[in-house]
Order: sequence, then structure tokens, then C-alpha cells
Amino acid sequence: MADIKNLTRGIIKENPIFVLLLGMCPTLGVTTSGTNGLGMGLATMFVLVLSNCFISLLKNVIPDKVRIPAFIVIIASFVTIVQLLMEAYVPFLYEQLGLYIPLIVVNCIILGRAEAFASKNGLVDSLFDGIGMGLGFTLALTLLGLVRELLGAGTAFGFNLFGIFGIQEPKMMLVFILPPGAFLVLAYLICLIKK
Amino acid sequence: MAQKIESSLKNMVISLLVITLVAGLSLGFVQQVTKDPIANAKQQKEIEAISAVVPEFNNNPLEQPIPAIIFIDEVTSPVVYTAKKDSIVVGYAVLATSSGFGGDVRVMVGFTPDGKIYNTSVVSHQETPGLGDKMTTEKFRAQFLGFDCKTQKARVKKDGGDIDALTAATISSRAFCAAINKAYRAFCYVTKDESGLDAESGATKHN
Repeated sequence: MADIKNLTRGIIKENPIFVLLLGMCPTLGVTTSGTNGLGMGLATMFVLVLSNCFISLLKNVIPDKVRIPAFIVIIASFVTIVQLLMEAYVPFLYEQLGLYIPLIVVNCIILGRAEAFASKNGLVDSLFDGIGMGLGFTLALTLLGLVRELLGAGTAFGFNLFGIFGIQEPKMMLVFILPPGAFLVLAYLICLIKK
Repeated sequence: MAQKIESSLKNMVISLLVITLVAGLSLGFVQQVTKDPIANAKQQKEIEAISAVVPEFNNNPLEQPIPAIIFIDEVTSPVVYTAKKDSIVVGYAVLATSSGFGGDVRVMVGFTPDGKIYNTSVVSHQETPGLGDKMTTEKFRAQFLGFDCKTQKARVKKDGGDIDALTAATISSRAFCAAINKAYRAFCYVTKDESGLDAESGATKHN
């Protein structure tokens, strides 16, 4: 039966980013700010939850030999749906995330969970797993984005924290917003979490 | 629980066919539903960009975009939008594209009918965060307020122009200036064209 462990597991113990180290491409690419990380995390979570549910429901009618193409079609459909919905209702975020939205298709977390979990477990377990893993991914991306934004631009979710002290354009460490900063922050966060 | 079906050719074909069919149909449906909101969002964005760069207007500039094809070999020609208030032209917004450091830089440049720049706004760019993307800041764009391309040179000082380049982002600054110059050419092209059509307001136009 449904197990609450499936829900909580993905958040800390098997966090897809900090522990499983899956889906590094969007992780390093989009987390230039807290908002971007949050948006990407939520979009991925949406796809993950729905694809997990559908694959779990359909697992018995998908022959083993064609399971990967079938999974990819299901995942790609949900990604396209997310892409269209974002373009229509949150064009600002859509523009920021750009190319990374269609790339959710090849995010290994999603195919990984489909293959390793949803194709072997029931609907409720798969739903919980999707939510848990999605939350873990969102949490990790938001944290990473927030740290990079804070160090690189001095803002948090676009709010200038130094404005409190009357500094309008804080001089920050730009490198953290650039690609090398992504690796540095990720490394330190993993280090802290695994200690 | 039902038994997992066998991987026979028939089963594989049927299951893939059904899955792709359902996926295709649902995508078509979502596309239908989101078509209008997407078009609206894009239009809204362009209207906002136009409003930011020209004086107050009350027509719909998107109704009559004028493509300014000056150079045939150019992939993206500037597009000129005319802003009118009570049928009097108050300004022209020109969407010009140039190549920056990380890709295309699209700048909306607003001109008053006498040819001075009213304001500018970066519509989209892929410049380096923290360096080139400072071209969107008020501080950099303030150099172009009231800028007159007839008497001033929209080029960075390094190239003998009148514009202070962004620190460590000369290429992005050059791209911005290039877009300004393109926009100005498009403006001249269009206003000349219009003065022939509309003799009365032609007097205020640049020739």
C-alpha cells in the first residue's frame, strides 16, 4: 500500500540533486536566480508527477521491449503541454527559462523515476514518489538559485537586500551568476548536506 | 492485478500506436486552448515595449507595422510601428535587431517625429548576466534620451562615437549602438515614404 516514505524520501534522503546527482544540465544552467530555480523546479515537478502517474497506470499495457519509447512519448507530451501553458500564462518565466523547458524531456530524473519506480509500483506510490522527488528538485534548484543570486547580484527573488542599507547597486561577486559559480555553489551545498 | 502483456509485435505496435495517438490528440487540444493566450501575451509585450519608448498614444500601433527593408541580405529587417494620438503622429517605435555577444539583441527605439530618440527598451537579449545585460539599465540607456542621430554619433567612444560603453561589455554596447543606427535608418526610410503620402504633416518630418 501507499507508503509515506515514498513522499519524504525524495526531499532530503534521496534528493535528486544533492544526493543522486541527476539532472545536472538544468540545475547548473537555469539557477541564475531564485525565481528561475523555483520556476524550473515547479515545471519539472508537474511533468514528473503526471508522467509517474500515467506510466504507473499504463505499465501493464506497455510491452517491455517498447517501454522506453512509450515513456518518452508520454513525458514529451507533458513537457510540451507545460511549455505551451507557460508561454500562454507566464511569458516572463517562459522567456527566462527558454531552451531549458523542452530539455525537461531528457532530464534523467524523469525517465529515471519512470523506469526505476513508476513502472514497478502502483498509482498512489508513484504519485507520492513524483511529488517527493519533484519537491526535492524544486527545493534544491531554488536554494542553488537563491545562493547564486545573493552572492552574485545581492538580491533575493529580485528584491535588493542591500536596499535596506541604502545601497542601490551593490558590488557583488559576479562569478556566481556566471557558469563557474554554478559549479562552486553546487559543490559547497553538496558538501554541507553530505557532511 | 492484470498480467503484464507480452512483447509480441502486435502488442508493441498497438500499444505504441494508441499512446502516440492519444498524446498527439491531447497536444492538439492544448495547442488550440493556448493559441489565443499566447498570441495575446506576445502582443501585450510588444504594446508595452512600444508604450515605453514613445509619447502617449491612443491608436493600436500593431495594426500597421511597416517593415523597413533597407538591406536585402539582412535576415531581420527593422519594423516600424507608428504611434498616433487622435490621428496625429506622436512618434515611431522601431524594433531593430543586431548581433551581440551571446546572440541577437532586439531593441525597441522610439523616435519623436522630429527624429530625436524619445526612449529605448531592450526587448530581448542573451548577453552575459552582470556584464552585457547592464544594457537594459536606466543608466546606460539614459545616454540615448533625446539623442539626435543627425548631429551625434551612436557609437562607443572607442570607435569615435559619443556613447560610454558598458564596463567589460564593449561588444554588447556596440550591438546596442548598431541597433540604434539601424532603427534610425529605418525611421528615415519610413518618414520619407510617408511625407510623400501625407503632404500636410510632411513638414515636420525629417527628409
